[in-house]
Amino acid sequence: MKQIILCKYGEIVLKGLNRSGFEAELLKNVRRRLKSLGEFKVSSIQSTMYVEPLSDNIDLDEVTERLKKVYGITKICPAFACEKNLDAIYSTIKENLSDDLNSAKTFRVTAKRSDKRFPMTSMEVMAELGGMILNDFPHLNVDVKNPELTVICEIRDKAAYVHGPAIEGAGGMPVGTSGRALLMLSGGIDSPVAGTMIAKRGVIISAIHFQSPPYTSERAFIKVCRLAAKMTEYCGQVTLFSVPFTKIQEAIRDNCPEELFTIIMRRLMVEISQRIAEKYDFSALITGESIGQVASQTMSAIVATDAVSRIPVFRPCIGLDKQEIIDISYKIGTFDISIEPYEDCCTVFTPKHPKTKPTLAEVEAAQNAFDFEPLIQEAVDGTEFKTFKPYVDYDFLI
Amino acid sequence: MIYLDNAATTKVLSEACEAAAYAMQSVWGNPSSLHRMGIEAERLVTYAKKQLLSALGDTSGDIIFTSGATEGNNTAVFGLCKVYGKRKKRVVTTSVEHPSVAQPFQRLKDLGYEVVTVSPDKNGEITADSLISAVDDNTCLISAMLCNNETGYILPISEAFAEIKRQHPDCMTHCDCVQGFEKLTVSAKKLSADVITLSGHKIYAPKGIGAMYVKKGVRLSPVFFGGGQQKNLRSGTEAVPLIYSFGKAVEILTPTLKQRFDNAAKICEYAKAKLNEIGAVVISKDSASPYILSIAVPNIKSETILHFLEEDEIYVSSGSACSKGKKSAVLKEFKISDQLLDSVIRLSFSFETQTSDIDALVDKLGIGIKTLAKIKR
Repeated sequence: MKQIILCKYGEIVLKGLNRSGFEAELLKNVRRRLKSLGEFKVSSIQSTMYVEPLSDNIDLDEVTERLKKVYGITKICPAFACEKNLDAIYSTIKENLSDDLNSAKTFRVTAKRSDKRFPMTSMEVMAELGGMILNDFPHLNVDVKNPELTVICEIRDKAAYVHGPAIEGAGGMPVGTSGRALLMLSGGIDSPVAGTMIAKRGVIISAIHFQSPPYTSERAFIKVCRLAAKMTEYCGQVTLFSVPFTKIQEAIRDNCPEELFTIIMRRLMVEISQRIAEKYDFSALITGESIGQVASQTMSAIVATDAVSRIPVFRPCIGLDKQEIIDISYKIGTFDISIEPYEDCCTVFTPKHPKTKPTLAEVEAAQNAFDFEPLIQEAVDGTEFKTFKPYVDYDFLI
Repeated sequence: MIYLDNAATTKVLSEACEAAAYAMQSVWGNPSSLHRMGIEAERLVTYAKKQLLSALGDTSGDIIFTSGATEGNNTAVFGLCKVYGKRKKRVVTTSVEHPSVAQPFQRLKDLGYEVVTVSPDKNGEITADSLISAVDDNTCLISAMLCNNETGYILPISEAFAEIKRQHPDCMTHCDCVQGFEKLTVSAKKLSADVITLSGHKIYAPKGIGAMYVKKGVRLSPVFFGGGQQKNLRSGTEAVPLIYSFGKAVEILTPTLKQRFDNAAKICEYAKAKLNEIGAVVISKDSASPYILSIAVPNIKSETILHFLEEDEIYVSSGSACSKGKKSAVLKEFKISDQLLDSVIRLSFSFETQTSDIDALVDKLGIGIKTLAKIKR
């Protein structure tokens, strides 16, 4: 008996002539995510991806877990392959799904026949298999509307496949099909969520983080590394840029009015980020801002920050409540890391009473009182990066 | 010296000793400190966590280090009941558990829980069905050990817990794997266990260190309150040297699990055959863990045999070491006849046990059977 996992695509099946490009990207992503689990044959026929384990002792539960995090897949069906005749199909069902059949009270059979050469229609297959199951499991009743267990039989090109209900996939578009963007990753709850939301639309994500030692600690940076590493499960490979930011923060402290500290700092962060974006070929920035969440994310503050940007800034969390953001962060597994209590660059020199409604003119005037340009260039030049790959056991990152 | 009491405790591996010494003298920071010394110490804790999780086959779970299995079992039982037992005050366990599970259940009874205890049947077997049928919709927790510490009996945990989870997904499952870890295959997923208790000193790591595996998404209420270490589940500065040493032992043992098991099986079979020849009665079932062999020497009291063997520096245990000579209620549960009950001794093997050790034991025991049985009881 051969076990195989069938994955159904989402909206890429709606694509036109460029569809094969999307599919190829998805297969590549899947191969990379599964590589460390053993050998697989990954192929695509008729809008379905076949993930076939080639080596023994592969943990199929882990494979399913990983596939659940690959964007571009909407449904995952761990299935059993068999010959395309009714007896073989039924004995496969009996052999592999009898535990489920025994514990259920009601069931239905769903058949799909994409191989039209098969002599029976889908309806006939369903009726026959249903009858055979009832014969051997007399405690069951058929319920086509609301069954406890749905047995699915797909008669496809090369073989027939039997499986239980499909598992929900991550949806979205394959990462790598929509360009590259740079996520401003602070270490809080929102930014990993924002990055993952954009990755879901097929965008390759890299992250940028600002470090201000000794105001921020090594632990804060390790935390950001762990977040980046965690994000790779959904986003694929993530490169993390780290910018030395201490001098700029001290210059803001010494030369700008206190109530505008945060807003000017954010403008400078955006400026540095887009220079890195230009240098490394990213087309957009991503932030975790949500309107009104804190003083620097009021509408006027966002207007003042956005004024410095020359490339698009995506803010996918902009309309979400904190709780909605937290729910997503639980789901993608970054919440527990995000809530670790280390000082980050955003909380250094927080003004007591930040201005919630700054005008662009006053912010610009305050910033222009000091020449930040040499410090900006120094920060860009001093930026370092490291790359995280999915499912690699980095030292210290658990 | 011939040490056949490895279920009581074990000699620490030299690598595990070195690991502890390294942590005590070179990496002695507090893992909660913000500075680099703290980070270095935390790194050792993280290393150990990873070793345990990968040995258990579930890297998505969590590890909470404890002072040992007694703390682990107490925290598991009370911690799970506090969270999941608010409305469902019914718990299930077995009558052959270690006191560190049995006593917390006794306490739960005092607190108003309905405690259902599953006993072995007339053949001394605990079937999966008996565990499954003991759980109902109102049950918040089932706790059962994987391998009994006195007889090596292996309970059908995977089978029972999987079905219990299927029928009652809200019922929490706890498995005390102290005598199973690094001896039998212990896979958190296959066991369908929400919480697993482990102990260091049964597997060649120091005393004073244990751990709880907690499945992802399972919530526990802490038993200790304080500085909030280990995700607030076990306040108190982590015992870094012991934790690191535990992790080191697991790293060394995991790859040789099968090889050591086969060796123990060989020793156990050899001992059974030899002991039969001199008239000792094997109590352990054939299916039991090969690391533990419970035998009875008819008409001689356990303690007498124990001290008689001790004369030749052969160390065994009467029943379980924790009960210090008390008559074992657990053996009674396994339907050992009253006649033999007083004469049971437990042999437990390590990866260092050799057939020559068994020969020495059997020789001495043979003399004992001839001379001691004359003593009127």
